[in-house]
Amino acid sequence: MSTVEVMLQKKPKPRSISGPIGKVFLQAFLILVAIVQIYPLIWLALFSLKDNSEIFSGDVAGLPKSFLWSNYTKAMSDGHVLTYFMNSVLVTAASIVLVLILSSMTGYAITRMNWKLSGFTMTLILLGMMVPIHAALLPLFIILKNLSLLNSYWSLIIPYVAFGIPMAVFILGSFFKGIPREMEESAVIDGCGIYRTFFSIILPLVTPAISTVAIFTFLSCWNELMFAVTFINNTAYQTLTVGMMSMVGTYITQWGIIGAGLMITTVPTVVIYLLLNKQVQKSMIAGAIKG
Amino acid sequence: MNSVFSNKGTIAVFVLPTLILFCGIVLIPIFVSSYYSLLDWNGVGRGTFIGLDNYVEMFKDTRVLNSIKNSLLFAGASVFIQLPISLVLALILASNVKGEGFYRTVYFIPVLISTVVIAQLWSKIYNADYGLLNVLLQNIGLAHWAQDWLGQKHTALAASFIPTLWQYVGYHMLLMYAGAKSVSQDVLEAARMDGASRIRTAWSIMIPLMKPILKVSLVFSVIGAFKVFDLIYVLTGGGPFYTTEVPSTLMYATIFDTFRYGYGSAISVFIIVECLVCTILINSLFKTE
Repeated sequence: MSTVEVMLQKKPKPRSISGPIGKVFLQAFLILVAIVQIYPLIWLALFSLKDNSEIFSGDVAGLPKSFLWSNYTKAMSDGHVLTYFMNSVLVTAASIVLVLILSSMTGYAITRMNWKLSGFTMTLILLGMMVPIHAALLPLFIILKNLSLLNSYWSLIIPYVAFGIPMAVFILGSFFKGIPREMEESAVIDGCGIYRTFFSIILPLVTPAISTVAIFTFLSCWNELMFAVTFINNTAYQTLTVGMMSMVGTYITQWGIIGAGLMITTVPTVVIYLLLNKQVQKSMIAGAIKG
Repeated sequence: MNSVFSNKGTIAVFVLPTLILFCGIVLIPIFVSSYYSLLDWNGVGRGTFIGLDNYVEMFKDTRVLNSIKNSLLFAGASVFIQLPISLVLALILASNVKGEGFYRTVYFIPVLISTVVIAQLWSKIYNADYGLLNVLLQNIGLAHWAQDWLGQKHTALAASFIPTLWQYVGYHMLLMYAGAKSVSQDVLEAARMDGASRIRTAWSIMIPLMKPILKVSLVFSVIGAFKVFDLIYVLTGGGPFYTTEVPSTLMYATIFDTFRYGYGSAISVFIIVECLVCTILINSLFKTE
């Protein structure tokens, strides 16, 4: 056995850090960071189950004496969190579906079909990724007002879809590019029309990209505040982010109920994340690589 | 074959709905904003065209200048505090440490939470009387440090920066982690054989090779700082005494509280230009090096 081979075998994997003391120190550091990242949320969960007297008695950090689930029922019914929640679900779901339909068709036409302006169209749409939404706030407000769309679900769905399109087209387009031409050729030779080729052959091939776009759109719509606070002031259509603000105003001193509302807003996202964490992390990286 | 893939009708069906929506909602409003910024207009009737007067006023307005200063401080803090922490975490996690996947998952959780929730949560943490931070300080014998973190001029800005730091450290960590993982093992192997220490390898090999992703992180954190809205709007509303005000909250207040549509639009145009200039600047900086 040559020396090179021995050396290669000796170190199959990079060591993490020299010596056991270094390892312990490193783990302690990583655990500390993990606590800092997670503890505020645990604290939120704890005070969402307490009543005022317990929170304001000075023992804010301890476990609740009894678990006050009534904070949650109060937040849901009196605090309208259930309404906000359903509004958020509706607006977010509609936005995701529309973004997926529109951007997959456009991304496909740009990357796989032959027409003169495809490059220009792509550039135009990608410009949208660089624009902060602030810039469009006032003109959009006036457009929506003139169309009498303020205080409706559409006043959020339309801008969310429009602002979600650039990144979605980019991500889906780059996946379409990677599909071999032969797939389409054989489909067409077998008698598929373009629509059939697109919907039953091409789309199933890019499921990872579709879920990436769906996750991305979910996060931006579910958490959006600026449009939601400007375009809607009727409680019946408010989404969670805005609703939470008005709820805090109503229950300003009742931390338990506010905490319950905040938990209801947060838990779905965290659960989705823990179920799909690999895919979510991949999506976030894919969304950044576009530069 | 070609006729199928260059059928004008099909292309129109695939592209036009998106294009109309995108132009109508994203592209045209930006130009409209630029036009509004040249008007003296309170939203009622027609505005009067006043040329660049809004911009001239903007650069004399101490409140605007103060908000720009605050967003620059935010950007500076992101670049010099948040990114180094993220980089250290990313390099540690990428070096085959035990529990790599677990830590990566946990650090990332705050990224996914709505900024409104984070702002509310931190306003409770900072609460002068019952907040977690002051209670913690009392318990470790630093009771005299306890104070109203968000209510005082000299602590408010720093206190509003911490939640962003906390929220996005995991995001930049993840990007840099992906960058570090894509560095070829052969290169690291070679460095190790040449006797380079861990820290030396990180500094002279990993970081230079991670440049593309570091650039992305840099652009994101600077632009993120210029765009910050939700957090300030919910946490302090710009107060106390405008010490935490940033251009976006000022734009919002100018338009929807004082109804100066033209002046507010000028601020929003400033935010776009600020973001574009910074992106171009960072890109060219990284190219010439």
